[in-house]
Amino acid sequence: MRGGDAIIKALMDKGVDTIFGYPGGTVIPFYDMLYDSDLRHILVRHEQCAAHAAEGYARASGKVGVCLATSGPGATNLVTGIANAYMDSSPLIAITGQVVSNLIGNDAFQEVDIMGITMPITKHSYQPKDANDIPSIINTSFEIASTGRCGPVLIDVPKEVQEQELDDYVLGTIPTPGYKPTVKGNSKQIAKAAKMLLEADKPFILAGGGTILSGANEEVKKLAELINAPIATTLMGKGIVDEKDDLSMGMLGMHGKQVANQNINKTDCLLAIGCRFSDRTTGKLEEFIPNAKVIHIDIDPAEIGKNVAVDLPIVGDAKIVLNQLIKELEAKPSDKNAWLKSIVEFKKSTIPRVSYDDIPLKPQQVIKEIANSITEDTIVTTDVGLHQMWAAHFLDISKPRKFISSGGLGTMGFGFPAAIGAKVACPDDAVLAIVGDGGFLMVSQELATIKEYDIPVVIAMLNNRKLGMVYQWQNKMYNQRYSQTDMGSTPDFVKLAESYGINAVRVEEVGKTQEILSKALKDNEAILVDITVEKNEFIPMFPPGGGINDLLGEYKYESDVELSKDSQHAEGGE
Amino acid sequence: MSEKSHVISTLVEHKPGVLQNVASLLNRRGFNIDSITVGTSEVEGLARMVFVVKGDEKVLEQVIKQLHKLVDVVKIKDLDPDYVLKRELCLVKVKTTREKSRSEIIEYADIFKAKIIDVCDDFITMEVTGNPEKIDSFLRLLKPFGIKKIARTGPTAIARGHH
Repeated sequence: MRGGDAIIKALMDKGVDTIFGYPGGTVIPFYDMLYDSDLRHILVRHEQCAAHAAEGYARASGKVGVCLATSGPGATNLVTGIANAYMDSSPLIAITGQVVSNLIGNDAFQEVDIMGITMPITKHSYQPKDANDIPSIINTSFEIASTGRCGPVLIDVPKEVQEQELDDYVLGTIPTPGYKPTVKGNSKQIAKAAKMLLEADKPFILAGGGTILSGANEEVKKLAELINAPIATTLMGKGIVDEKDDLSMGMLGMHGKQVANQNINKTDCLLAIGCRFSDRTTGKLEEFIPNAKVIHIDIDPAEIGKNVAVDLPIVGDAKIVLNQLIKELEAKPSDKNAWLKSIVEFKKSTIPRVSYDDIPLKPQQVIKEIANSITEDTIVTTDVGLHQMWAAHFLDISKPRKFISSGGLGTMGFGFPAAIGAKVACPDDAVLAIVGDGGFLMVSQELATIKEYDIPVVIAMLNNRKLGMVYQWQNKMYNQRYSQTDMGSTPDFVKLAESYGINAVRVEEVGKTQEILSKALKDNEAILVDITVEKNEFIPMFPPGGGINDLLGEYKYESDVELSKDSQHAEGGE
Repeated sequence: MSEKSHVISTLVEHKPGVLQNVASLLNRRGFNIDSITVGTSEVEGLARMVFVVKGDEKVLEQVIKQLHKLVDVVKIKDLDPDYVLKRELCLVKVKTTREKSRSEIIEYADIFKAKIIDVCDDFITMEVTGNPEKIDSFLRLLKPFGIKKIARTGPTAIARGHH
């Protein structure tokens, strides 16, 4: 057995069924050994998409995603995907080829110091010098990537190490004395938290991506019921509770729901779980939750107190800590419910308007039709931009791991390859990528991948022929000076998809999106749906640097809608 | 925010890339490093890395937490300034061209327990160890003679007694 075989065997021993990659000079030995193996390899059309697909695979399945590229440009093309996984704490293993060891440092052909380049965006990295270490390095990399606060690990394998014969294949471990994540909450802190939550009159829960990673969906809901608290989420926390549930306030933040943004500042006790209080979530910190005591549960101690001052820190895994907390509270749940009742009433009176019969289509109407075409088991991925915020704001997600979006890094081009990875991980679930025309064009070459491997991803593209998010900022804050945000000569996306052998339809009328998506998702067929949407429809926001209640734009309500009979007919009702 | 000087003592895995990783983390998080010293420790395979940094308490807390996240960093201690023993090594080459310079310099060296390690026609080279303030004073006294070169290690440190 040689080094490359050891990589393949170790990956398979760790339960990996598929990797995403792209060959090149320094990984030819690996690919030669892959040729005879049972490990499935998806050949993407750009290395960045290998990383995004691996992340989509990880986030949909809860397993570790694996991507592989050659040295030099192959490795640097992975960087954006690795950074994305780092910011969103996704378990990812990135394997890169490296030039032969005796050339390292000589500026050899296709040599870059990828360990150095990725140091700030990986949890850890290894460069095996001896093929005998490969199984243990892979084993330990899986441990590091998928425990504690999850994240990417890079393994940089020099070419000759891939070819070196192993003496013995031993799936051991590399000692990591400095790595001991705390998973169980301190019991004294738990007791204090229970007391604070019971004393509070207006408790509020903010759940982030950490709750999804920890699988704490039942616990979050149970706890909210025990203390009668509403639950808002960050973008990364979407789906931790069914957003159709009375307890759910939807997403908080710059483009958050009115009920979440306008009520969080009234809380006297905020329970934040697995979130990092990013500027897009809190707005101006001085104006965020001015009267609240803050309890912060996070597996990463560095997140506690980083942005928001915390009264009670609890380091630990969300699911474990919440179970400890539930045990404390079960005997004596809260008997106060006036606060929650008022919030639920607020929610019911501010249901955002999604019904429109305008042409060009309003994005809200498109999201409504998407909502009507998916089930609670459909995996929705999004790209980054205005369409992402339309989806995050208006699309109710019912289960964890069913909403996969680029949160922290905000990577345009993430949505489509992530959907490919999600579909590969969960072939029995329908997968829908909601993308914009700008981001899709960055990764459209992956249409070849879904054709080649018959990966039936449904793509709903909200096409406004603009870089919509920047366009909105230019409209609201830069005096309508639309510098470089018009996409001008966009391709004919229908023809583009068809040239790859993928079905495509252009949609310009009300009701059609729902009809086409419902059929495609049900029939498990790949299709690109190019939906022409209104470019001058903007989503309410607080301005950057503004407080959470500073509103740019206006909220509109579904209760104000009086649709004509015709359009009601076309939509088929809800 | 007050910017205080802190001595952070860490135990790290003794392998390539660790120094780069720690230094780049400090830099990224907005901490200025005054000095770093690295050497083997009492545990085989682990090195002790001591650095002196300036920054406010909140940033320091964040930096220590971030350092904990590095897999190669095993232990971190912000040494209590009241109980810290700091020592630094300094090599200094001084001109002896002026009349009587050499004898005066040797006199100062005696007082500061500096060791003369090389002498030639125009220069005298000494090594001196001690806490950084002591070295500062020694160098101040030598300045009028004309200092040709200084090489300082930066302080390494250890906690006093049972601390």
